[in-house]
Amino acid sequence: MSTLATVGFYEAWWVQILKSIVIFALALQLVPLVLLAERKLLGRFQARYGPNRVGPYGALQPLADIVKLLTKEQFRPTTSVGVLFAVAPVISILTAVAAFSIIPFGDVQHIFGERVGLYGVDVSIGPLYLFAFGAIAFYGIMLGGWSSGSKYSFLGAMRGAAQLISYEVSQGLALVGVIITAQTLSLTGIVDAQKGMWYFIPQLAGFLIFLTASFAETNRAPFDLTEADAELVGGYNTEYGGGRFASYYFAEYLNVLVVSGIVTTVFLGGWLLPFGIHPPGWVDPFVVLFKMTLITFLFIWVRATLPRLRYDQLMSFGWKILLPLATLNALVTAVIVVATH
Amino acid sequence: MATPTPDSTATGAPATGASVADKPSTLTVERWSPGEDVIEVTRTPAPGAARGTWRTFRETVRGLKTTFGRMVEHPTTIQYPEEKTPVYPRFRGRHKLHRFEDSGLEKCVGCSLCAAACPADCIRVVAAENTPENRVSAGERYAAVYEINLSRCIFCGYCEVACPFDAITMGHDYELSDYDRADLIFTKEMLLAEPLERTPLRNEGE
Repeated sequence: MSTLATVGFYEAWWVQILKSIVIFALALQLVPLVLLAERKLLGRFQARYGPNRVGPYGALQPLADIVKLLTKEQFRPTTSVGVLFAVAPVISILTAVAAFSIIPFGDVQHIFGERVGLYGVDVSIGPLYLFAFGAIAFYGIMLGGWSSGSKYSFLGAMRGAAQLISYEVSQGLALVGVIITAQTLSLTGIVDAQKGMWYFIPQLAGFLIFLTASFAETNRAPFDLTEADAELVGGYNTEYGGGRFASYYFAEYLNVLVVSGIVTTVFLGGWLLPFGIHPPGWVDPFVVLFKMTLITFLFIWVRATLPRLRYDQLMSFGWKILLPLATLNALVTAVIVVATH
Repeated sequence: MATPTPDSTATGAPATGASVADKPSTLTVERWSPGEDVIEVTRTPAPGAARGTWRTFRETVRGLKTTFGRMVEHPTTIQYPEEKTPVYPRFRGRHKLHRFEDSGLEKCVGCSLCAAACPADCIRVVAAENTPENRVSAGERYAAVYEINLSRCIFCGYCEVACPFDAITMGHDYELSDYDRADLIFTKEMLLAEPLERTPLRNEGE
């Protein structure tokens, strides 16, 4: 049996366990921050304050939300399928955290005499790993919607399925341009290849296509048709409440973070700083987090701006505009790379 | 969208015998006419697809600019329990009963004209005679009971207009919610008491 993938760098087993705990803890800390940032910023975009009652400047609002959700009763409709209904949110959250683990927050560092890579795992198939977990994440939505035994959930899940399949193609093709230019699939390798110039300049079309497709992949506005509340009540999570709903919510915002991290890594130079500044190694994670914040801000900004697309518009945009553009981008990049070599 | 051939767009006219006779081997299918008032909608972005895409992109960027402009502005929210919208001087809020400033006697003489004028029938006045020992108001009689049921009051201000002695006026207080309906029946003492200045008055030019 041939090797599916190789791992660029790995540490002692106990370092890996510690790293996975740190990554999970980091994700758990970042999600409430994004949640709060979203609500505060949406408020400011609409010339209001957003939550400002719980704690100083509303800082404890996510805590209040989470406590409220977790203390609620667990219930499910009589028409639902019990096991799947319970498992679906877990799949969502699991895949989101798994995808989060490959985002590189920095190069290999020396911490307490050990060489530690500031990422979960540096696989040689970075983007493919990401798309694999993205595809499994769709089971979380699909199973959740289907096993609810409700027509709204079902319709939301179906829309989610069609949308994810449509936009995953463009998303993948948009990354092909970068992969051709960097000539590696490893995310740390892609960052290293951006030492001369960040890829969002030569790959501007790819950057925009990837970003647009990512809005659809994460079910965010203006592509949030899976949870179009005007027609579908709540979409795939209509029948969910309490902790399970919180899981879906958590996964949604973690997906936003994952996509921000991928955009940062692939197009914005990861932990690199412009103008040849080489800070000490401990600055790297903060650089990545800052860039992720910018992309997350963009997500919220777009949500505050654009109205939800109609379903046929969504489909024709994905297949007739985004996909040809992404294909063209990959082709042109390939030709240029071959011609200049 | 498939362009219909000219002969298939005939507006619901029945196929003539001649056309059937001309092409006996082909099946003539009449296109169903939806009627004269139906407007055909073209759903494709073509022919101006590239231009449309560019326009969409440009308009998206314009929209993003607009929302960003709103974000850097200060929010227009008034944080209600802490800050309140100032009311106009002639705002009709909760009623006040008045006394003469020099003598301290009540202006109300218990004439019940306010109760008569009230369209919501929320004022109850029971008059009593003033005596030298117990002089409450400036007139012959005074209001022994003066109650306004503020859960019925429509704040029309007719009582104020009806009053011959300006004994009752409308104040500025509008925060009148309570846990109990009985507590919303304001007695004379409550109406005479100096109201808590809970409502800011709108300044000139505000």
